[in-house]
Amino acid sequence: MEKALLTVEHLYKSYGGHTVLDDLSFTVRKGEVIVVIGPSGCGKSTLLRCINALEDIQGGQVLLNGESVRKGAGNIPQMRQKIGMVFQSYDLFPHKTILDNITLAPRKVQKRGKAEAEREAMELLERVGLADRKNDYPRQLSGGQKQRVAIVRALCMHPELLLLDEITAALDPEMVREVLDVVLSLARSGSTMLIVTHEMSFAKAIADRVFFLEQGKIMEESADPKSFFQRPQTARARAFLHTFDYER
Amino acid sequence: MDPEVMKSYLPLYRDALFLTMRIGWQGVLLALVLGLVCAAVLQLKLPFIRRIVAVYVELFRNTPLLVQLFFLYFALPRIGIRISAEVCGWVGLGLIGGAYMTETFRSGLDSIARIQTESAASLGMTRFQIFRYVVLPQAVASSIPGILANIIFLLKETSVFSTISLMDLMFTAKDLIGMYAKTLECLTLLVIFYLIMLLPVSVAGSIIERRLRYAEFGN
Repeated sequence: MEKALLTVEHLYKSYGGHTVLDDLSFTVRKGEVIVVIGPSGCGKSTLLRCINALEDIQGGQVLLNGESVRKGAGNIPQMRQKIGMVFQSYDLFPHKTILDNITLAPRKVQKRGKAEAEREAMELLERVGLADRKNDYPRQLSGGQKQRVAIVRALCMHPELLLLDEITAALDPEMVREVLDVVLSLARSGSTMLIVTHEMSFAKAIADRVFFLEQGKIMEESADPKSFFQRPQTARARAFLHTFDYER
Repeated sequence: MDPEVMKSYLPLYRDALFLTMRIGWQGVLLALVLGLVCAAVLQLKLPFIRRIVAVYVELFRNTPLLVQLFFLYFALPRIGIRISAEVCGWVGLGLIGGAYMTETFRSGLDSIARIQTESAASLGMTRFQIFRYVVLPQAVASSIPGILANIIFLLKETSVFSTISLMDLMFTAKDLIGMYAKTLECLTLLVIFYLIMLLPVSVAGSIIERRLRYAEFGN
């Protein structure tokens, strides 16, 4: 078996007295696509934020290639370069053009040349169909376009792991597709991803493994998404998935 | 009102305007630099220096410019520090202005959403890179209305310079009134010259604000 890219061991996270993540452990191998689903407030987003060290953790550890990822540690900027993250609200830099949004970190953080960074940015923009918008500002783009730029911005840093936090949740339905298509093509090209989503049919199509998270615990884990979505083993997962069906 | 008298005063007022503008803008420049540096210190929570900055801001925000100028001009020489009236003028203005600008820049910095910082952090940027490339440019843009208000306020405050015998507009008007008692003419000219100094700033300011609003960043 291939070595784990990401290892989460006994991760424990609480806000005040409230436990958000309760002794979570799992590993992600290179090239795997993990989809995390669960009711709101179950800790899905917090899990991703902990993996990117945007949150303090109260116990356990997160390891990327065996190296600890922990908020406040000196190596965090280096570790975060290897962990791309895309947020629900895109969060492009509003004062920079699309091209500058993408090349800012490659140039300033990785000290890459302007021409080289821009060339790669343009290739990636081409792939998501937005090359002609390179000189626009984020406010001139639709939600779906902004989200595709946000994905490109993360990709341009060559992350080993990509965290997608409900990236279609703020989008109009017709824009969801264009974003999901980009993610699907990333999965096909071998990107390692941890995806939090409420798009169940997308989850079924893209996941190598599915985690059903509730109350900070992985209640059910399946390496066979097709059968998970048809016949979840736990009653809780059944009840959760049932809320997405409209049958009369 | 005697237009001939007014005309004869014009050269004096013109010289006073130049002096007022020179000292005023020097003070504004100092205030901008101080304000930016102090706001950055507060925002980045630099240990120790932030305490000094906090004391500075409270000290200068809560004492009148007149008192500060008197202190620089009359009190410091008693402990052997002698500064020319002109330097007292622009340094004093810069110090009080710096305190106001600090607060203005700081509220601009606070207005930048935390998620901006997080999305920059997730790209591997360090705290200083995030501040320099992501937070600061946005904060400066959103602070501009406040900065313009401060600039106009500071340029008007130059009128207290007359108390440390700088030959600014106010001093010139008071002097002429004292000598010739042409009160109406002198004060009318005074109003006109202050307007000459400040109206362009106001107009430029509202143009910049309008363009900023038009180019509203919005995510």
